[in-house]
Amino acid sequence: MTFAELTKLKNERLKEIDVRFNKNSLKKEIMVCSSTGCKSNHGAEIIEEFKKQIKEHNLTNVSVEKTGCFGLCALGPIVIIYPEGTFYCRVTKSAVKEIVEQNLIKGKVATNYLYDKALINQTHKNEIDFYKHQQFVARKNSEFINPENILDYIALDGYFALYKALTKMQPNEVIEEIKKSGLRGRGGAGFPTGTKWELTAKEKANKKYVVCNADEGDPGAFMDRSIIESEPHKIVEAMLIAGYAVGASGGFVYLRAEYPLAGERLEKAIEQARKLGLLGKNIFGTKFSFNLSIKYGAGAFVCGEETALMHSLEGKRGEPRTRPPYPAQQGVFGCPTVLNNVETFANVPTIILNGGEWYSKIGKGTSTGTKVFALSGKVKHTGLVELPMGTTLRDIIFNIGGGVLNNKKFKAVQIGGPSGACLPESKLDLPVTYDDLKNNGAMMGSGGLIVLDEDSSMVEVAKFFLEFICDESCGKCTPCRIGNRRLLEILNKLLAGNGTMEDIDELESLSYFIKENSLCGLGQSSPNPVLSTLKYFKDEYVALVDKQHKNADKYVINKEKCIGCSACSRVCPVKCISGEIKKPFEINQEKCIGCGGCQKTCKFGAIEKV
Amino acid sequence: MAESKLENEQLEVLNILKNFDSDPSELIHCLQTIQNKCGYVSEFAVKQISQKLNVPESDVFSVVTFYSQFTLKPKAKYNIEICMGTACYVLGADKSLKKFENKLGIKLGEQTLDNKFSLKQSRCLGCCGLAPVVSINGKIYGKVTEDKVDEILDELV
Amino acid sequence: MTKVNLIIDGVNVEADSSDTILTAAKKAGIIIPTLCYLKDINNDGACRVCVVECKGKTNLITACNNPVMEGMEIETCNPKVLEARKTNIELLLSNHNKNCLTCGKNLNCKLQQYSYEFGCDENKIVGVKNNYDLDLSSPCIVRDNNKCILCGRCVQVCKQIQATSAIQKQKRGFQTMINCSFDKPIKDSTCVGCGQCVLVCPTGALLETSNIKKVMELMAEPNNVVIAQVAPSVRVAINEEFGYPVGTFNEGKLVTALKRVGFNKVFDVNVGADFTVIEESEELIERINENKNLPLFSSCCPAWVKYCKLHYPDYVKNLSSCKSPNEMLGAVIKNYYAKQNNISVNNIKVVAIMPCTAKKEEILENNDVDAVLTTRELATFIKYKNLSFTHLPESEFDNPLGEYSGAGLIFGSTGGVTEAVLRTAVDKLSKTDSSDVDFEVVRQSEGIKETTINVGNLKLNLCVVSGLKNAQIIMEQIKNGEKHFHFVEFMACPGGCVNGGGQPFVDYTKINYFDVAKQRAKALYENDKKSTNRKSHKNQFVNKIYKEFLIPNNLTKTLLHHNHNKK
Repeated sequence: MTFAELTKLKNERLKEIDVRFNKNSLKKEIMVCSSTGCKSNHGAEIIEEFKKQIKEHNLTNVSVEKTGCFGLCALGPIVIIYPEGTFYCRVTKSAVKEIVEQNLIKGKVATNYLYDKALINQTHKNEIDFYKHQQFVARKNSEFINPENILDYIALDGYFALYKALTKMQPNEVIEEIKKSGLRGRGGAGFPTGTKWELTAKEKANKKYVVCNADEGDPGAFMDRSIIESEPHKIVEAMLIAGYAVGASGGFVYLRAEYPLAGERLEKAIEQARKLGLLGKNIFGTKFSFNLSIKYGAGAFVCGEETALMHSLEGKRGEPRTRPPYPAQQGVFGCPTVLNNVETFANVPTIILNGGEWYSKIGKGTSTGTKVFALSGKVKHTGLVELPMGTTLRDIIFNIGGGVLNNKKFKAVQIGGPSGACLPESKLDLPVTYDDLKNNGAMMGSGGLIVLDEDSSMVEVAKFFLEFICDESCGKCTPCRIGNRRLLEILNKLLAGNGTMEDIDELESLSYFIKENSLCGLGQSSPNPVLSTLKYFKDEYVALVDKQHKNADKYVINKEKCIGCSACSRVCPVKCISGEIKKPFEINQEKCIGCGGCQKTCKFGAIEKV
Repeated sequence: MAESKLENEQLEVLNILKNFDSDPSELIHCLQTIQNKCGYVSEFAVKQISQKLNVPESDVFSVVTFYSQFTLKPKAKYNIEICMGTACYVLGADKSLKKFENKLGIKLGEQTLDNKFSLKQSRCLGCCGLAPVVSINGKIYGKVTEDKVDEILDELV
Repeated sequence: MTKVNLIIDGVNVEADSSDTILTAAKKAGIIIPTLCYLKDINNDGACRVCVVECKGKTNLITACNNPVMEGMEIETCNPKVLEARKTNIELLLSNHNKNCLTCGKNLNCKLQQYSYEFGCDENKIVGVKNNYDLDLSSPCIVRDNNKCILCGRCVQVCKQIQATSAIQKQKRGFQTMINCSFDKPIKDSTCVGCGQCVLVCPTGALLETSNIKKVMELMAEPNNVVIAQVAPSVRVAINEEFGYPVGTFNEGKLVTALKRVGFNKVFDVNVGADFTVIEESEELIERINENKNLPLFSSCCPAWVKYCKLHYPDYVKNLSSCKSPNEMLGAVIKNYYAKQNNISVNNIKVVAIMPCTAKKEEILENNDVDAVLTTRELATFIKYKNLSFTHLPESEFDNPLGEYSGAGLIFGSTGGVTEAVLRTAVDKLSKTDSSDVDFEVVRQSEGIKETTINVGNLKLNLCVVSGLKNAQIIMEQIKNGEKHFHFVEFMACPGGCVNGGGQPFVDYTKINYFDVAKQRAKALYENDKKSTNRKSHKNQFVNKIYKEFLIPNNLTKTLLHHNHNKK
């Protein structure tokens, strides 16, 4: 592949997909999101239905294509119609007919399927509330390209960054550019990427590797999935650039087994790149050769940790090990290895093309660039949001997220998944940067943000994450293996109403012990949900202990209305509701902790707060 | 019948192993291929993998039991979970359960000999508006009364 | 080697760049406690007992596997570290079967020691415990996962040193346990019973199967004549159980103790070894003459024999047909001694005192020996019988099976069998009484030692192997045709029987795993040097038995050999 050939491919393809960028195009193109969220929601059927309708109506100059993920899976399937770029949501099979008739034939917007029916002037993605404040860098071209067509990627400057790096830059210049950009690891720890590459490049070795950590294990996080399913070539290109910069000739993408579509897309991308000579020997006619393959995870969250991931790559138990030596010195198969997260890599081609300085101007302080967050929970708009670093939590949750669902009161936001913390209302104006979060006992993590409202039990949230950790702990070191289990037992004891104030103290001291003594990052951050909820919501813990002394709410079952379905008794965390099926149930007032879970569950309005 | 099935399974394992070299780093990939093809990792498979990949048998077993993806016993093709929450119960879930049991020839908590179906009880799935609810491999079926059971089973087969 | 300067507990330490915080601290006389660490074998940092505080880091770091860095400031016992160490042990205790009072590892258990030293409260942390069945299937070893702290030492020793990998970690998280694959009992696995795992286990999770009760029952039968026979390696180790330094040589008190605990006679397996040397050197010469089934493999180590049968069945024919010294002596006692003293075959009982756990399975194959007590079990038995070992007078082994040659004594060390066989073979081949009896070239093997000895025109290619990983290496080389030997001595335990699975427990924080054997073996060689007779074929008692009993009755083959291929 030469520069001339690459440019030719780009220009030719740009002409073919002109409809996506030229408002005056006479063609029409329907792009249907075909990533996992929309796909499992009958995305493939939608494409077939569009094709069918187009044929039936004898429409010409209309094409249907797959496109990447928009991060708005809750409102999927998503469809965009070019050249106007009209953005449609919840497009069911039956909706296709209406859209074809309204939009393609009558030239009107099918308002029933807009993002918000009430906001009929928000027809383009850039106008929509959810998107207009976002800044797309890592997920820049998702809506314009078919993930399974390398030509679409090339049309939008794909592999030109690689060309620039290989032919116009020395490896250390590539590293300098990354350093200048201030890019920090997006997997959680936020280690400066440029420094990581530099350390690996320094090592003298016959063989080095580049590894992409695509083992996105945080429950509720799907940014990496979205990126790989939408622009798999971005990862390939980024890894090639990294390989050149550090002197590696081989790479692996470690992808979790639960992402089969991402795997398919990536395999296809690798094959396409190989066919065009963008992977393999003497790329762009230079001395640089690089090969890439995918290794799948087998269901272990701990394999998201660097050293555990490397052991898994080597076919072993995914157990972390002590560092030093760091992966940069001794990584996969004992060779120096650069290991970065998917989102980190997704920023690399853009940085090379636009320059590190350009990138460093986005964001705040030492947290440059953008971050993709997965917003979920009790928030109106759930999905992926990409924003400059430094955006406040308030902006994310209220301006973009639309605020708390059902207009309930905001209570806390859980940030960083199982390694993260719960931050209360007083911290809503915190700018989301690595350092601001760290200084407040929290962690960026992979970027998961879960909004909690007044009805959420913070102790239950802590328990949820701790149960997850106990299931996923590798079991190697004492503090995490036994400590986290004991923490969970204390939480359960408190929730069952058998806890004491000493238990709360023990919860805290044991948490600090686990944090300071565990072997790896998973263990070291596993008590964070407990510690942060203890810090900001201690009253909820104390309430579990002290219920008879505090004025806890009490709940009573109305015997007239209760049908004896037992739904309430099954959700009660302290098991204080009993009765016979089909006869009125009763709440034991002594044991009731006033959490109100029963009232929420009852579909017959039979439970009253006293 | 069962014996020839076992033989077939073992042949499949050996066939898969033909594509692997004596490379311990391929252990997980090898196990995944076998798990996907056979539905589980048998003792025979562990022994053969150990020999072909030059990994001690106890190491192979150690890896199998570490990762959630691998099972030592065959999973059923269709895992039928009957919600026994009281809303569902009140609306006839027990009758549907009996129908499933009769049709499949197994009791609650069991798996058919051909490993096609397993029957379990689930916690409340939170779909009480659709009661009685049955979940099969994660897919929710609502309003599953006695007479719907045949339809569902036919659709699966 | 570059020097690194750091400060540990306020002391300036000059370390090498290859040092860890642990080894650097030792240079300054600071012993950081460790639990899972085993030098050169296990340094995963899993137990977290060796954590220290490093200035500039919030989290504590392990000393056993963190390299020293210039300017590091380490504190090994400030309040934060001490509290962390204490909590760590308390967590382990919360998932442990704390029946210390009756546990076989009582007073030798590291967990117990640290619980006391760190001021732990064993009831502070309470929670669900894992509840496992004991594995009592093996005649050699008992496994109790309720006492396992998952240090991983046993797994690493079995894998790295013994190339066996019978046990491994399974599952993950709190459910992690060490077991054989498919949860099969250890007797159905590739375990050869060498007991190295027992030696390195810091708690009572791994111990030998106890036969003390059986021996007491044998003694209780009024008509029984119960004879003790003592292996070479016992006399350089039993003394450690009574406060003597590692590698103290003393037979006198040992013999007295054996008599006092109730054995009717005390014979010496060194004499059995003399028989073995005579038979095996004969066999070696025969095979060399016939050029058949070479190399000859020694077969006195039952763990090696089991390993050979499991992994190299085609080479079973190379194993010596000789019984082990243990079995040979038992056979001689039950057939010759019993007859001589009119003891009926039903009443003569032989109990072997061995450094070895695998011998407990070896004796099941025939009736030569009735029970095996390890050196540790004997010590327990001695204490049980109210004996103060250090105060005992010295006695001598009984004859006719108590006087041995120096060649028989050195069987306990790696290289000992080879050297003993050489002393006899050289004399036989050269038809002389050579004064050259020190074959130092086969001593002090670090695991594999290859050498060639010239005997007249014959160049004898010899190999001395200890540790089954080394056995695997040599076997592969023999299989590939890379190496050609006449004789290979195989010992499963690294360093030979002196480091057997039944030997006294040693504190590995005070002495290196690989050095224990060296110290005990040194005592054997020193006493060999002092012996009046250093050649097996010059043992007059042995010669008498051949002349008067074995040869005329044609019993040499039946009593002193077995057929491996029969099994």
